[in-house]
Amino acid sequence: MGGFLSMGGHGAYIWPAYGIAVAALGGLLIWSLRARAKVQRELQDRGLDRRARERR
Amino acid sequence: MAMPSIHFLANPARFQRFSARILPWLGALTALLWASGLYMALLVAPPDYQQGETVRIMFVHVPAAWWSMAAYALLAGLGAALLVWRHPLAALMARAVAPVGAAYALVCLVSGSFWGRPMWGTWWVWDARLTSMLLLFFLYLGHIALSRAFDDSERGDRAAAVLALVGVVNLPVIKFSVDWWNTLHQPASVMKLDGPAIHPSILTPLLVMAAAYLALLVFLVLLRTETEIGRRRLETAALTGR
Repeated sequence: MGGFLSMGGHGAYIWPAYGIAVAALGGLLIWSLRARAKVQRELQDRGLDRRARERR
Repeated sequence: MAMPSIHFLANPARFQRFSARILPWLGALTALLWASGLYMALLVAPPDYQQGETVRIMFVHVPAAWWSMAAYALLAGLGAALLVWRHPLAALMARAVAPVGAAYALVCLVSGSFWGRPMWGTWWVWDARLTSMLLLFFLYLGHIALSRAFDDSERGDRAAAVLALVGVVNLPVIKFSVDWWNTLHQPASVMKLDGPAIHPSILTPLLVMAAAYLALLVFLVLLRTETEIGRRRLETAALTGR
């Protein structure tokens, strides 16, 4: 396990490179999901969501 | 009717029905590709005989570069669709794409820097490839800023579309910078006319990671476009006093 983490002595470069990918893309994913949930809630509150329009 | 798949999505309501159906499956596929891609990149791929373990940085760096450029081509195409054909969905999709492209460009730049330090002995050089890639990141940021700079969101959409079209000249500069100038960055080794110059043990994880980045790009763009459609609907409702 120590060998895996040290990555042949280059762990200090490899793990941050993966870290930025996970942080930036994971962060964007969470932000996007929350933004969608918020908009859907507002649409529902005003009766503007798809199901409400289809009922009309 | 030459391109039914595109025209099919031109209508926002139809787009939403389509994306609602496809998003759960695409989300599952994205998660699966990321899990297997990261597993192969970190545990299966062998160390390179020259780069050692740092070759693993390539698996997050190279696909981020490819898809941030492809996403910009999409952004420019959407800009044209908005300015020339006044396509109703183009502006909303452009707003959805830009932050994803910016994130991909950022991942490319930072991961490249973490590779450059041990391999080149420097975090950064102002060489043609790195500089044009940094410009791509700033073009994305400019697009995001411009599209939100006006009270009238349609004015912002058009201004951002103009920027997207002007900035498209940067794409061939990025692609061919390693051939046109004598740069520190190595030339292409996968996207070559005579086939990739990479051993399958490295190429396979790279391609799986490329598929994972693509799946995430499509997933995020569909999800975020759907959000923008809803947001625009709320705006319109507020304006008409509903």
